[in-house]
Formats: sequence, C-alpha cells, structure tokens
Amino acid sequence: MNKFKLEWWKVVTIILLYYTVIGGFLIPVPRLHILNESIRMNYFHVPMWFAMMFQFTYSVWASIQYLRTNKIDYDDKAIESVKVAFFFGALGLLTGMLWGNATWGTYWTNDPKLNNTTIGLLIYSAYFVLRTSLEDETQRGRFSAAYNIFAYMAFIPLIYILPRMTDSLHPGSGNNPTFRLFDTSHDMKLVVYTAIIGFIALGWWFLTLFLRLRSLKKQQDEVI
Amino acid sequence: MLLQLFLKELTLELRRKAVISGLALYLFSTAFICYLSFSLKQNQITPLVWSALFWVTILFSVINTVAKSFIGEKKGREIYYYSIASPAAILLSKMLYNFLLITILTFVGWVLFVLLLNNPLVDHLLFGVTLLLAALGFSSSLTMLSALAAKASHSNILMAVLSFPVVISVLLIAIKVTKNCIDGLDRSVSYPELLTLLAINCLVAAASYLLFPYIWRS
Repeated sequence: MNKFKLEWWKVVTIILLYYTVIGGFLIPVPRLHILNESIRMNYFHVPMWFAMMFQFTYSVWASIQYLRTNKIDYDDKAIESVKVAFFFGALGLLTGMLWGNATWGTYWTNDPKLNNTTIGLLIYSAYFVLRTSLEDETQRGRFSAAYNIFAYMAFIPLIYILPRMTDSLHPGSGNNPTFRLFDTSHDMKLVVYTAIIGFIALGWWFLTLFLRLRSLKKQQDEVI
Repeated sequence: MLLQLFLKELTLELRRKAVISGLALYLFSTAFICYLSFSLKQNQITPLVWSALFWVTILFSVINTVAKSFIGEKKGREIYYYSIASPAAILLSKMLYNFLLITILTFVGWVLFVLLLNNPLVDHLLFGVTLLLAALGFSSSLTMLSALAAKASHSNILMAVLSFPVVISVLLIAIKVTKNCIDGLDRSVSYPELLTLLAINCLVAAASYLLFPYIWRS
C-alpha cells in the first residue's frame, strides 16, 4: 500500500480556493448599475472557462503526443482531460445561466457566446460517441486523437472569433468591455486572478485522480 | 498523381450513375417537399424562412454526398491505393472532387429553390461567392470526417454526429451573409464574414491535411 502523501501544490490549491470563496463573498465590490452584488458571480463564472480551456489545450497536446509516439498513456490523458474540461464547461454554462437570470432576467438568451459554447460542447460530445464506437484500442487512440485535434481547430473560431463579430449582451463582444470592468477595483482583480489559478489547479487535481482511477481499472481488468 | 486520382474519381462517378442520380433525386425531393408544404400559402415564405429551408436542404444533401466518399470504398481497393499513392494526394483529390460535387449540388439547389419557391435574394453575385466558399468549407471538413467514420462501426450515424457540430461554424457565417444578400446590404458589410469563412476553411483544410495520414495508415 502506498502511504498517503499530500503534495504541496494541492495545499496551495486548497488555500487559493478558500481565498476565492471567502474573498469572493466578503470583500467589498464596486456598486454597478444592474449588476449589483451579482458581480461576484464573476469570480466563479470566468475561471470555469479558463480551467476548461486549459484542459482542452492539454488534451490536444496529449493527442499530438499520442500520434507521434503511439503510447497508450497519452490517449488516457487526452480522454480524461476532455472529461474534466467538459465538466468545467458545463459548470461555466450553469453559472452563466444563473448570472444571466440575475442581470438579464432570463436564463437563456439568443446570444452568440451561449449558443456557440453549447455547440462547442456538442463537438466534444461527439468525441465521446466516437470513442465508444471504436473497439480496437490502437485504432481508437489514433482516430480519437485525430478528431480531438480537429475538434479543437473547429472550437477556437467558434468560441473566440465568431462571437466577437456580432453585437451581444455579453461582456467582451459588441461594445461591451471585458476586463475593463475590473479597472475600478484592485481587490476584484486580485480575487479573479486567484480564482483562475485556483480552479486551473483544481482541474489538474481532478485529472490526476481520474488518471489514477483509470490505471487502477486497467490493473483490475488484467487481474480478472 | 493528384490529377490522376481526381480524374479516376470523376470517371468512376460518371460510370456508375446510381450515386449521382440518387443525389440529384434527393435534392429535388427535398426542395419539392418544401414547395408542397408551403404551396397552400405561397406568401408565407418570408426571406428568412427561405434561407433556413435552403441551408437545411443543402446541409443534409452535402453530408450525404461527402459521406459516401470513403464509406463507399471497398476494403481491398483501399490497400491498393495505399500502395500506389501518398495519403496527401488521396485526401486532396477527394477534397477537390467533393468540392466540385458540392458546388454543383448547391448551385442546382439554388436554381431549384428559385424555381419552386421564390427568389428573395437581391445580391446574386455575393450569394454565389458565399455558396462557393461554403462548399469549400464543407468539402475540407467533411472529407476528413468521412474517412474517420468509414473505419468505425455504425459509420452512417457516426458521420452525422461528427459532422454537424464541426460544419456549424461554416454554416453560421453562411447564413449571416445570406441574410445580408437578402437585405441587399452594401457588399463591404459582408467582407469581414467572407474573410473569416475563408480563414476557417484554410484552418480546417490544414488540420485535415496534417491528420489524414494517421487515419489512413490503419
């Protein structure tokens, strides 16, 4: 049996997340029209997308490595990080819906960012479907790696380019400001950056756990 | 090599007429169903409904067209191609051929829609250019996915599942430009969209070009 060992970066993650939650709810925020206290959602909504993109980018890197080396480890990394990214993406949509309900008065609007993110998550759902329909392990690895890279290529314009070309209610498109919003408050900036780092690290933690679970399952299958 | 493979695709297609005539019939039936279902009240077709019907018809016909480019191939023939040609040549020839086919398909679809429904378009040249660019986008993204789906089980369902989300970014821009064409806006309004469409096409084509050898090898 391995002895349980808490690594330093996990401790840092816990501290950062504690700071995010406590600071996010207690540190005074600038009073803005309509936004009011709901601006605190920013501490949780924005980091989700950062954590998601980090995981997707990592999985693309793993897929490229898989195609180069054909080591099955990289395939495991790719699929598990897509899972984690998908989880964060769903959470990002959920927090965004709550925030939208508070400020726009509706959970869902016909906003390019909302719609395109949903499409983006659909692309990755297709990735899961593709994996289940391939039986051979090496073939599955190669095909899903190829599709993963391809999906990332389709995902980037969908998320970062197209929404910026249309007007919308969302910050960061049309004439709305993105990060200029926080220029008023130094405290907010601090919490947001902490939250981004904290949630990215949390995603990494999830990934290591999933990978361990996967390797344990493989060992179990071998025993049987 | 590329040209030879392209010509081979073309002669094969012309030799067995079943596929081409099937596709033409598919497109015609869809357009005709649109016409029949709206014939009770012809004036119900507003320009936006026209554009929605048009793009849905095109999307389904195109996916059916491209899906057969690899799914239809026989197992033994693939090994033969593998031994005589580089993967890049195979992909590019298929892409080029699909581009030709899709272009014809979309323009025939346009004519059918104008004949059967009505013609809300103001700026015809711009719409033609949009169709060309969209055809390029469809062929560059779907050819590679068809190769992917062909190797898996349940390839027809998988083809639909994989392709819909990926072609949507092409489709979204195309629909937007179509609306500009219908409204008869100044062409300079649509240039950024067309450029983006071209950029996405290049991106997706480059990705297919790089990834195809890995799929082909198995």
